[in-house]
Amino acid sequence: MNVVEHRFGPYGGQFVPETLMRALAELEQAWVKAREDPSYREELEGLLRDFGGRPTPLYKARRLSEKAGRPIYLKREDLNHTGSHKLNNALGQALLARRMGKRRIIAETGAGQHGVATATVCALLDMECVVYMGTEDTRRQRPNVQRMELLGASVKPVDAGAKTLKEATSAAIRDWVTNVESTHYVIGSVVGPAPYPAIVRDLQRVIGDEARAQILEVQGRLPERVIACVGGGSNAIGTFAAFLEDEQVQLIGVEAGGEGIDTPRHGAPLTVGGRVGILHGSRSAVMQDEEGQILQAHSVSAGLDYPGAGPQHAQLRDSGRARYVAVTDLEAIAAFKEMARLEGIIPALETAHALAWTLAQVDGGLDLVCLSGRGDKDLAEVLKPTPDK
Amino acid sequence: MTGVERIADAFANTGKQAALMPYLMGGYPTLAASIGIGQACVTAGADIIELGMPYSDPLADGPVIHAAGTEALAAGANVAGVLEVARTLAQSVPVVLMCYANMVLAPGAEAFVERLAKTGASGLIVPDLPLGEAPEVLAACTAHGLALVPLVAPTTTPERLAAIGKSAKGFVYTVSVVGTTGERNALGEHFAQVVARAKASTELPVALGFGISTPEHARQAAQAGADGVIVGTRLVRAAGESEDPAGAVGAVVGELATGLAIAR
Repeated sequence: MNVVEHRFGPYGGQFVPETLMRALAELEQAWVKAREDPSYREELEGLLRDFGGRPTPLYKARRLSEKAGRPIYLKREDLNHTGSHKLNNALGQALLARRMGKRRIIAETGAGQHGVATATVCALLDMECVVYMGTEDTRRQRPNVQRMELLGASVKPVDAGAKTLKEATSAAIRDWVTNVESTHYVIGSVVGPAPYPAIVRDLQRVIGDEARAQILEVQGRLPERVIACVGGGSNAIGTFAAFLEDEQVQLIGVEAGGEGIDTPRHGAPLTVGGRVGILHGSRSAVMQDEEGQILQAHSVSAGLDYPGAGPQHAQLRDSGRARYVAVTDLEAIAAFKEMARLEGIIPALETAHALAWTLAQVDGGLDLVCLSGRGDKDLAEVLKPTPDK
Repeated sequence: MTGVERIADAFANTGKQAALMPYLMGGYPTLAASIGIGQACVTAGADIIELGMPYSDPLADGPVIHAAGTEALAAGANVAGVLEVARTLAQSVPVVLMCYANMVLAPGAEAFVERLAKTGASGLIVPDLPLGEAPEVLAACTAHGLALVPLVAPTTTPERLAAIGKSAKGFVYTVSVVGTTGERNALGEHFAQVVARAKASTELPVALGFGISTPEHARQAAQAGADGVIVGTRLVRAAGESEDPAGAVGAVVGELATGLAIAR
């Protein structure tokens, strides 16, 4: 048995070129040592607190709760430095890379939140930073490109395929294959070859651990439902992880329904339950054709525009411990706007998917939603005039 | 003769300093043209053909082969079409299919390998299927007499190399550089060492690939002890640049064959 999980039931694994196998083994060893090392933990916790602003608040959304007729609590990852939960993972991995003697960092990004978090941490730790981003995403998430460049990162546009997160991730993996001896790949979600899904989950677990303690403190009970959006699924798994043993707590992952899950234009592989496949080094739920070609996903939200999902999510779905649902582009945009007006909080379009599902429920007693990021980056996309109308 | 035996036979009877193993992308620029390119390779002296299955997300490939695969898919290449290329070429030389793991596992390893074996192909290379993930595909290949050819990189540890060498069939594919496929001005600084380490780990022939593009590179590989040289990107580029892809690729393969000729 591995000290770090390589498999989640039939999912996970290490489907990568042989060139990377030594680096994955070294990463795993370094992680096992670091997580036991008080000096690593102290430095990480200190930076998450003083640089990042943790713990983030758990906020009872007053007008949303009033409207829904039940308390809805928001775990405010949008108040984390850089505006999303992504900093938790980027900080942890960059400190790990420094321990491993690697000074060059690469990352992929969709919405740009992970890219900004990684660029920020590289500025903090004086490391070289290269971020791969699809050209469709550099267009629709322009403010984040500018932020990354201002932070000293080099943003490499990726023009292949659908020009979004899938291609950016493939380009980052190719860079890593080429520069593996000098470079650490800070993968941004709970995807990729082992040990990444376990490392990223463990670094994001702080969301769930804080939220669980906070809700117990203010409400004296656990939530009935914990809800989070799922692209690769890092904010969701980080939140779910603390509640896995609390069997009465329902875990809901909200995927990108795009133009509808009855069309090919979505990003909801867990919800539609297609065949198992391999993408970016691990086996999981993957959108693919009959012959195994990976399909292009679609979502108005760049961070959810991905044809795969983390392997642990596939296992949680199969076991029934978590449930996965999809919300369309239009529903997410409506929730984005409603949230701004009702609560004075502009959520990321990704997060708006989790909010849309929550607002659509008429039942329930106590909901906890991971507000994974802020939506300033999405203004241009949401407010742009629709050419058809 | 099984696929494994046919590959062994090809290495034993090259009549050159090392077996010449051109790579071509199935369906690039079209299915019919890729058959013509393969046949031109055979005429020009290829001992074994490595046939690429175009894939949406080829993580081990550099920009030239990636783009060729994308173009092949856009031109309608699919599994049935590329296996027809394999069937045609396998009538002349052993054919080893290079195909990413998801396409092998999508229909199930056994079903995929059975279908491949029926074309007369001799082996399979899966560049994103390291040893630990390979048992199912290895069992299917063994059952059908096909060689599952493993890759060895400059970063492969001694322990992994020993295990890979032991379970390899057909030949061991050594990667000359830390990186993806693509042409380079010179062979990677450690290529001779990679070949020597691989040869010490196995009784099978050892081929060298990734970055070999000139007759001089091919000769250097043979002199370092490689039993075979794999040339990919240089040929895919030639196919893409010419109005007569078969002629252009055949000419480059001819030069490589001359470069590997044994001096008399």
